[in-house]
Amino acid sequence: MPTRPQKVYYFGTCLIDLCYPQAGMAGIELIQREGIEVIFPQQQSCCGQPAYNAGFPEETRKVARQQLKAFPHDYPIVVPSGSCGGMLKHHYPRLFANEPEAAEAQRFASRVIELTEFLVTVLDIKLEDRGQPIKVTWHSSCSALREMGVIEYSKSLIRQLQNVELIELQRERECCGFGGTFSVKQPDISSAMVSDKVSDIAQTGAARVLSGDCGCLMNIGGALEYRNIAIPAQHLAEFIWERTHG
Amino acid sequence: MSSSRDNILARLRAAVPQDHAVAPEPATPPSVELSRTEKVARLKQRMEAMHAEVVVTDAAGWRDALKTVLRNRSLNGLLYAPATALGQELAAAWDSDLPPLVGYTEDVEQSKERLFAIDASITSTQGGLADVGALILWPDPNEPRLMSLAPPLHIAVLDATKIHDSLADAIALERWQERMPTNVLLISGPSKTADIELVLTFGVHGPKELIVLILDG
Amino acid sequence: MASSVVVDFPKNFANALSNPQLRRNLRAAMDTLGMRRRAIFSDKDAFEALRAQGDAIRQRSLRQLPQLLEQLEKKCTENGIQVHWAETTTEASQICLSIIQSHHATRVIKGKSMVSEEMHLNHVLEEHGIEALETDLGEYIIQLDHETPSHIIVPAIHKNRDQIARLFHDKIPNTPYTEVVEELNAIARKVLREKFCAGEVGVSGVNFAVAETGTLCLVENEGNGRMCTTAPPVHIAVMGLEKVVERLTDVPPLLRLLTGSATGQLITTYFNMITSPRKSGEKDGPKEVHLVLLDNGRSKILADPELRQTLKCIRCGACLNHCPVYTRLGGHAYGYVYPGPIGSILTPQIEGLENAGAMASASTLCGACEEVCPVKIPITHILRRLRNESYSKTDSPNAVKGHGYKSNLAESLTWKGWALTNSAPWANVLNAKLLGLLGSQLTKLSKVELVKNWTQVRTMPKFASKSLHALAKEKGISDE
Repeated sequence: MPTRPQKVYYFGTCLIDLCYPQAGMAGIELIQREGIEVIFPQQQSCCGQPAYNAGFPEETRKVARQQLKAFPHDYPIVVPSGSCGGMLKHHYPRLFANEPEAAEAQRFASRVIELTEFLVTVLDIKLEDRGQPIKVTWHSSCSALREMGVIEYSKSLIRQLQNVELIELQRERECCGFGGTFSVKQPDISSAMVSDKVSDIAQTGAARVLSGDCGCLMNIGGALEYRNIAIPAQHLAEFIWERTHG
Repeated sequence: MSSSRDNILARLRAAVPQDHAVAPEPATPPSVELSRTEKVARLKQRMEAMHAEVVVTDAAGWRDALKTVLRNRSLNGLLYAPATALGQELAAAWDSDLPPLVGYTEDVEQSKERLFAIDASITSTQGGLADVGALILWPDPNEPRLMSLAPPLHIAVLDATKIHDSLADAIALERWQERMPTNVLLISGPSKTADIELVLTFGVHGPKELIVLILDG
Repeated sequence: MASSVVVDFPKNFANALSNPQLRRNLRAAMDTLGMRRRAIFSDKDAFEALRAQGDAIRQRSLRQLPQLLEQLEKKCTENGIQVHWAETTTEASQICLSIIQSHHATRVIKGKSMVSEEMHLNHVLEEHGIEALETDLGEYIIQLDHETPSHIIVPAIHKNRDQIARLFHDKIPNTPYTEVVEELNAIARKVLREKFCAGEVGVSGVNFAVAETGTLCLVENEGNGRMCTTAPPVHIAVMGLEKVVERLTDVPPLLRLLTGSATGQLITTYFNMITSPRKSGEKDGPKEVHLVLLDNGRSKILADPELRQTLKCIRCGACLNHCPVYTRLGGHAYGYVYPGPIGSILTPQIEGLENAGAMASASTLCGACEEVCPVKIPITHILRRLRNESYSKTDSPNAVKGHGYKSNLAESLTWKGWALTNSAPWANVLNAKLLGLLGSQLTKLSKVELVKNWTQVRTMPKFASKSLHALAKEKGISDE
């Protein structure tokens, strides 16, 4: 178990900032409840991934430099997203490999940790479920799964919740078709993918679908709603906070 | 020398970094050393899974095992290699109720139609591979390449002492790189395809049946 | 020439997606291939060790490529194999054509070869009155239907048995309609055995060529490859020049990775190693063996350390089988010979971004391909690189052909605007950020189209009334 820090930075991600702030707050409150001080630098914006994946590294660096500046101290940087976490941790060093900030980006990257991994491996969090019995299902985001390797931490948190039954998807590991700009640049392929994902979710009989990434949730949630399937898509941190606080 | 050759090589030479620092390559994980019994059992199990028929017999019994196999089938002939020890052993004690032995004695240009019309063949083998379940064949002037390919039934005789743990072992122990023949074959079963809906079916272009007689002792 | 082909990607993609039969055929097949692969590589640590080895071998081969090709040429020549070099696919096809014509041959039998597809060899030969018959069952099926392979390993996988039954019944004389796979198989066997016996020249691909011994290695299950390389008096092997490896001992790990990744097999039915033409005293085998080494842009790819990794590919097809996009489109929608993730990084480099750059955008970068790649090709990194070069003109000699073909599009401006709003701390304009996130005013996409594309199957995202920035401030979260 790594040493327990007194303070951590929180990188809220731009999507949470805009559409899912309550998920972001839930992550902060879960950490605070464990006695850790959370710092939310107001200067933070976006990890840069949208431009990075679209093929605009120069523009990405501009935005990334802003993040390097916004998190100056040597605290862990907790990120409630596998995707943005992957960008900060694995792509910043590449992005700045031939830039003056190379060493800074390396150090920054080494401090990045995804929220559920932090809760499990650093805080050894114990959850007491106060909610009603519920069946949920889980979607693994591609970055959380393949770049960050944190899916088992996320799912172990769900399994800690006594009244929650986790029903696995048939294709849990398959991409939901979001892919950032892919969803609007390749609308037909993306639609086919998210439609299959939604059918998979519907067949589980779960009352809610959880994930650790708001990009997937926006995509999946929007598609569920479009098909009038009454299964809310929710960020895991928010789900856990709802069931364990108060 | 063609100019294409020179152009390509010039481009390649310019493209490859000359001062590249090279990370050491990971060592080959050592292959598990199996006893002879284990090797026979492993090869048999693997090859049977690929629909080969494997009969474990011995130096004294293999001809009878072969005759049993042949008597259970109606075959128009058995293609064999008359000049090999195996061929001579067969010819010395052939029974009249068995399919006639047909020697592969002429070049393919003179015998192609016959080679494609005969029902069965028998060949020796250079060895076997236990880890994946395959035979090693080194066709030669006496046992040409089409013997293990054209007839619908191929019978192969394998000496149990010549089964290697793996292909890497076979190459290293037999120093293949110093003596590669015209053709080396690894054969793991009868020919097969899964090109229609991935449904595995046996006997496409090569043999429909492969029978392996392992001489163990 | 393939470079003159104009591929209408959006139309192809839409057509493929609206074909439910195709979707079902592909899904079932790809699931099965994925399952078989997982079964054969069930020991994750062992697989990682094996693919680290495969990666290292391929990197070493590429590092020494010119020397290895010269060594291969020398060894092959000593062994009696005639080696030819082709800069372009046209040149490679011409070499094959001259060899065939010098033997006055009109009946060519072919084993499966993606490089021969890349050369459009059949087409060239047919133009000169030469029958080039595909003998791999899958290739035979699609040739009967005048199609191209939709997958690099299982070329007819887009068709189901009913479609093949109908095709055989219609195209092969006196063939009754049957949906029994074994019977379809037997029909093809009967037709093709006659052709094997009569073939005058055999053409095959090469899976690995071993420089130290001058050996050509072929991997197959059906036996048609052995037929093509054994029965006719002449054998022509065509090979992308990156397929060479240094030593015979490099072969076992690559072979294991190839068969396991492709079809979940420990080994194929046949592994066929050819080191020379028929020697004096030998009774069969071709008297002439030719090896055609094709460049077609590969030497240029080698020059760039990142793009070079594309050439590590051993053509197992695992990236196709695991790709959520390929699984829904099939190979034909990609419009070029190599589809799926490997096709999407290889094709734009060969054909130019202006022709095939759109392939690089048909990926969510989910990384499923990299997870299974047996030689660790960084496919998503290369996809990003190709996307980048699509917009940026560069002076680098290693720039991909057609770089900057999208440099004038409004999308570049959009990202500049996005960078501004996200790098200036004062700019916290919600709208601008969200639209940036989805890449508003993307290539030819107005805001209206953007919304239309998103809402094809989804409701619009809802903005929160307060951002996390605002909430955090309100709740007194420290902004140290």
